[in-house]
Amino acid sequence: MGEEEAAGMSTAVAAKHPYVEALLKGCTELPHSPLSWLDGRRAAALERANALTIPTTREEEWRFTDITPLTRIPFRPGRSAPRLTERDIARFETPEAAIRLTFVDGVFSPELSATAGLPYGVLVKNLAAGLETHCVPVEPHLARHAAFERDVFAALNTCYLRDGALVIIARNQDCPTPVHLLFVAAQKEIASYPRCLVIAEAGSRCTLIEDYVALGEDAYFSDPVTEIVLGDGARVTHVKLQREARSAFHIATCAVALGKDAEYASHTVTLGARISRYNLSVVQQGEGARARIDGLALVSGRQLADTHSFMDHARPAGKCVQLHKCIIGDAAHAVFNGRIVVRPGAQLTDAAQESRNLLLSGTAHVDTKPQLEIFADDVRCSHGATVGQLEQEQMFYLRSRGLSEARAHNLLIYAFGAEIIDRIPVPSLVAQLGRTVLEQAQTAA
Amino acid sequence: MIAREAKVLLEVRGLQVAVAGVEIVKGIDLVVRAGEIHAIMGPNGSGKSTFAKALAGHPAYVVTGGGVLFEGRNLFELAPEERARAGLFLGFQYPVEVPGVGNSAFLRLAYNTVQATRGKDELDPLEFDDFVRGKMKLLDMDPGFLDRSVNDGFSGGEKKRNEILQMALLEPRLAILDETDSGLDIDALRVVASGVNRLFTPDNAMVLVTHYQRLLNYIVPDYVHVMEGGRIIKTGDKALALELESRGYDWVMEEYRARVAA
Repeated sequence: MGEEEAAGMSTAVAAKHPYVEALLKGCTELPHSPLSWLDGRRAAALERANALTIPTTREEEWRFTDITPLTRIPFRPGRSAPRLTERDIARFETPEAAIRLTFVDGVFSPELSATAGLPYGVLVKNLAAGLETHCVPVEPHLARHAAFERDVFAALNTCYLRDGALVIIARNQDCPTPVHLLFVAAQKEIASYPRCLVIAEAGSRCTLIEDYVALGEDAYFSDPVTEIVLGDGARVTHVKLQREARSAFHIATCAVALGKDAEYASHTVTLGARISRYNLSVVQQGEGARARIDGLALVSGRQLADTHSFMDHARPAGKCVQLHKCIIGDAAHAVFNGRIVVRPGAQLTDAAQESRNLLLSGTAHVDTKPQLEIFADDVRCSHGATVGQLEQEQMFYLRSRGLSEARAHNLLIYAFGAEIIDRIPVPSLVAQLGRTVLEQAQTAA
Repeated sequence: MIAREAKVLLEVRGLQVAVAGVEIVKGIDLVVRAGEIHAIMGPNGSGKSTFAKALAGHPAYVVTGGGVLFEGRNLFELAPEERARAGLFLGFQYPVEVPGVGNSAFLRLAYNTVQATRGKDELDPLEFDDFVRGKMKLLDMDPGFLDRSVNDGFSGGEKKRNEILQMALLEPRLAILDETDSGLDIDALRVVASGVNRLFTPDNAMVLVTHYQRLLNYIVPDYVHVMEGGRIIKTGDKALALELESRGYDWVMEEYRARVAA
């Protein structure tokens, strides 16, 4: 293994939690950055990681999600990644996305990336390289939006901050094709810390596909952090696909900041991982910003999928429409916590949240919790949650037209997921995800 | 179009049906032959819709007595989809909305399933599109409904037209239309009625469940049955429907009570 870097990050206080300490082994070997602000942020993150512990179900934020299975596996950081070929990742390619950055076990893979012929005003490159060339626009944002003070996983990611995706869309520019950020897990027992920073300047537009996939079925740990900044009037569509191996662990953080009249659409599809957690926080920093937050979790076996979202209406006249759906089979478990805060003075906020859950078996389980905190009086906020089985009336209607019980069952499960999937503005993904839902429906039948 | 020697399609003997443990249908006898149109009328709560849903096989409607033969087969041995494939069609009083399932895909799936049972060729999406558009024209339906989810956000009239469209595609041997006229304005009623009349042949039969006589101005029944308290208490011809329209149901009930008491 690598030589001891004399210049390694030296804030090596003993961590409070032995598992965190084990995960941190290796991060002290990372070289110093020539950018002192970056070193400072990493050191601050290391200090927090040392002080924090792995959360337990005794903490409110983790009440329904027991992550002790994670701590039974000694994950080590991926220093180098195996060389893969195009053929290895062909099945993950999205034809619509001409621009792609690929990371293998968290390490940037230039051979598997495609950034030739980037349109004018669009920058897509490895973050490590981008820090050298685009330090000025990056500095105000990197590790500024995704708070790590109280979140050990965001802190760990920040300690390891090096490779990652940097996307900058210049003012009023339109990135004509989706940008595919592909994170491939290749080796077992590796912990990887993918990082994305997306800066959509005022009036710009882009579509991102943040995609987590695996080549094998072994256990590994993905701990990604994504920060997305939308300038005034910018429009970003963010598709997050979590299709990790079913024995993997995926604990992701995404922080989004919305400028005035910005429009952010999040389409999150959760299919993989033994245990997954997605912390999405969206802060409305300018008046009149809009967010659509769509989520679909499709889990079976003994999977656990937890989504915690936080919509912070800090300024007036914001709009947020959130629909989170779970399809839960076998003994799987889904968790949804949707927090919406309307700050004092954020008048004319319009927020609507809906959580809809479909249980396919008697042992499937969901915990869904809306959390509305409203400190302004002239606002419109609604929320609702439903948990159910397939509608008997719909089943009967379809069967009365000749469809078999199994066919009707599959079609209704598909339809339940389609409401979310069909809104993804990438046709090949819509088709692919539709097939995945149908396949899973068939095994649940 | 009554022909005594015509084939019996449906034979109901002493049928009793319970919903949530409460008996609603308390003994119905009815014979429907090919080429016949029957109207079942009666006040609200008389058991008309329960009878219709039990025939189609709704799982919440439990048969507690009697039996039904459909073209000589024991209907209650068949699952709902098998009944549909055998040629039984229920036009729903409240067609169910199925968000997320495209109407066009649903109609094609239903059509091809029934075609396959009959040993006929299935249609691919393009062929089906032409075929279904032709049928929609007859019902004065906007082809835009093909692109929407099944009944999702349709008005009452649109839903009923969609039911008749399904009937036109599936070409059932026996169609039971449950309150198809409710919620239709007079123009829509005419369109739906003419669609039904066009689909009626000497080889099939219709049972119209209706609260009002209005529909029967356009679709002329051979028999009119009055249901009350879960039984058919009177049977007549189309003149009975007109009489019910002018005199209401009370006199039929009194007549029935007198008969039972005697």
